[in-house]
Amino acid sequence: MTQVVEMARLMQGNEAVAEGALVAGVRFFAGYPITPSTEIAEIMAERLPRMGGKFIQMEDEIASLAAVIGASLAGVKSITATSGPGFSLMQENIGFAAMAEVPCVIVNVQRSGPSTGMPTAPAQGDVMQARWGTHGDHPVIVLSPSSVREAYDLTVRAVNLAEKYRVPVVLLLDEVIGHLREKVILPAPGELEIVNRKGPGVAPAGYLPYRPDETGVPPMANFGDGYRYHVTGLAHDELGLPTNNPEVAEQLLLRLHEKINRNLDDIIMDDSMHLEDAGVVVLAYGATARSAGRAVREARNSGIKAGLYRPLTLWPFPARRVAAVAEKVHTIIVPEMNLGQYRLEVERVVGDRDRVRGVNRVNGELITPGEILALLREVV
Amino acid sequence: MMQELEKYLRRDRFPHMWCPGCGNGIVLGCLLRAIKKLGLEQDKTIIVGGIGCSSRAVGYLDFNTLHTTHGRALAFATGIKLARPELNVIVVTGDGDATAIGGNHFIHAARRNIDLTVVLFNNNIYGMTGGQYSPLTPANKKATTAPHGTIEPVFDVAELARAAGATFVGRSTTYHTNLLTSLIAGGIENKGFSLVEAITACPTNFGRRNKMKGGAEMLLWQRDNAVHVQKTKQMSPGELEGKIVIGLLHKKETPEYTFVYDQIIARAREESGPGTLTPLKGGESRGRTE
Ligand SMILES: Cc1ncc(C[n+]2csc(CCOP(=O)(O)OP(=O)(O)O)c2C)c(N)n1
Ligand code: SF4
Repeated sequence: MTQVVEMARLMQGNEAVAEGALVAGVRFFAGYPITPSTEIAEIMAERLPRMGGKFIQMEDEIASLAAVIGASLAGVKSITATSGPGFSLMQENIGFAAMAEVPCVIVNVQRSGPSTGMPTAPAQGDVMQARWGTHGDHPVIVLSPSSVREAYDLTVRAVNLAEKYRVPVVLLLDEVIGHLREKVILPAPGELEIVNRKGPGVAPAGYLPYRPDETGVPPMANFGDGYRYHVTGLAHDELGLPTNNPEVAEQLLLRLHEKINRNLDDIIMDDSMHLEDAGVVVLAYGATARSAGRAVREARNSGIKAGLYRPLTLWPFPARRVAAVAEKVHTIIVPEMNLGQYRLEVERVVGDRDRVRGVNRVNGELITPGEILALLREVV
Repeated sequence: MMQELEKYLRRDRFPHMWCPGCGNGIVLGCLLRAIKKLGLEQDKTIIVGGIGCSSRAVGYLDFNTLHTTHGRALAFATGIKLARPELNVIVVTGDGDATAIGGNHFIHAARRNIDLTVVLFNNNIYGMTGGQYSPLTPANKKATTAPHGTIEPVFDVAELARAAGATFVGRSTTYHTNLLTSLIAGGIENKGFSLVEAITACPTNFGRRNKMKGGAEMLLWQRDNAVHVQKTKQMSPGELEGKIVIGLLHKKETPEYTFVYDQIIARAREESGPGTLTPLKGGESRGRTE
């Protein structure tokens, strides 16, 4: 059925996530209400049944992600949305999805923490948790948008990447982007690339559920489609069956990382402004990148050669690109609504801590362009 | 295991991991007999387990099998069933898995009356982790974490399921295998949430520590302490004390979750079609927040 899409409209960030998910082919949502993400669930509850999809409000966030993983195994693109406390509860099952290679998207509209914190106040305190929240070495992809349109695009991208690489993908918004209303012009249907998981391509008898193809990702059969196999969070062999064999376990773990690491160019997205002749660069993501952009423009107006580097893919960390940026500038400023979580990673890559400066805030208020501008002035 | 059931097994997975005298194999045999009796299609049947010795059963079965995280099997199964209601979804779980860490999922899956059949292996203990007490370890029993005896009362898990909204509830033991098989089959046939509690022996981590000797003695204990529900009417509360009531304990008809959901879809499609973008009602946040 063709859809008539109203091209330009006022839209909220959370709404853009819901619409992006539907356009990407998501037909299953399980979640538990939490500010500031709840609008996503409410829209999905309204829209999914109308499209033949399913929405369920589970008893908690642990169950929500579990149901999402179950639905994905049954062949339906699936997503959940939450915020800090719920994201904490989801961690064990994020690890399960990583280990069992079940495509799924977890939207975390960050609020101020730790604990219940300030539910309606923005923060970027879950950046490290999104990378390392579940135990064990594991692959994960984390994307973070800075505008409503980007929230839409990155949601589609998150679903695509989850399907393509069979990994949990975390879409990190913050309260500002989640609740921001902006005029957006959406791409016409058909303009967007939609990726579906690769099917087995062989008869059931020859199917090895965890044997990777040339891209490092195993083609995936859906439950109920005639390919009987086992899925477990235990270390497993290519049949999916549990093993304690150190070699097999190591091969699996290495492959899970390898499938991401060898496809970095496809996975890493970024954006930049005035990098060509910049002597100082602001590296920012999410809502903070909006203030950073304004600070850089104002700095330019007053003659400071400032640039902006904006990772849209937070994890895997765009190490090579950040290193290339660092080579040409004397200072990198990393403003974040946390106490310097992403800055740690920038410092690691730059190798010289004195060249990396933070602007940090954990009081639930936005970092203003003026604060970033002040540091830009100080360092030149 | 009988030859007729072999086609349901991943034979290259044997020998299995269970201890000599463990009752898990008996429960598994009953589950497979029930599946055979009903002629369930292997390709259309999904078996989901939690974490524990009992939940490991799923790894031996030639179906689509899913071994999940501790306590969460029902939530994973809910996703599968809701996404694809035409599939048969069976959940294999332990007493700790289902009623401690998974207790919340258990009552809510029952409340929804979603068409899942739960086979709960009740061995009164955490077997896998070496004998700690579970919510179904009776009072005054020994466990590694209750070396002086347990003091917590147990759940009556059948009663819990009934009260929460399950539409089929039965209990049997590994001694009463015909009854167990027929209850599991009845549970699978029931269009709604079904619980079959299977009383089973963990000689290694429960029996040994509680002077019940080995697996064989524990089977005889089941024989001597189980009372069929039909017989209970003629018994006094005193006579029933300490007995295990077995049989079909509860059955009722209420609409099943995925069936009702499909009606919602039909109505939403008819009334409003797929639609395009949703107008957001109201302002940012309508409720108070925490
Ligand atoms: C989140 C989490 N907590 C604890 C464990 C450790 N653990 C594994 S099995 C188990 C108990 C299982 O007991 P039960 O469900 O009764 O199954 P049984 O082994 O007796 O069949 C525990 C506590 C775990 N795997 N995951
Ligand atoms: S520990 Fe108990 S439940 Fe586990 S296999 Fe041994 S006897 Fe069975």
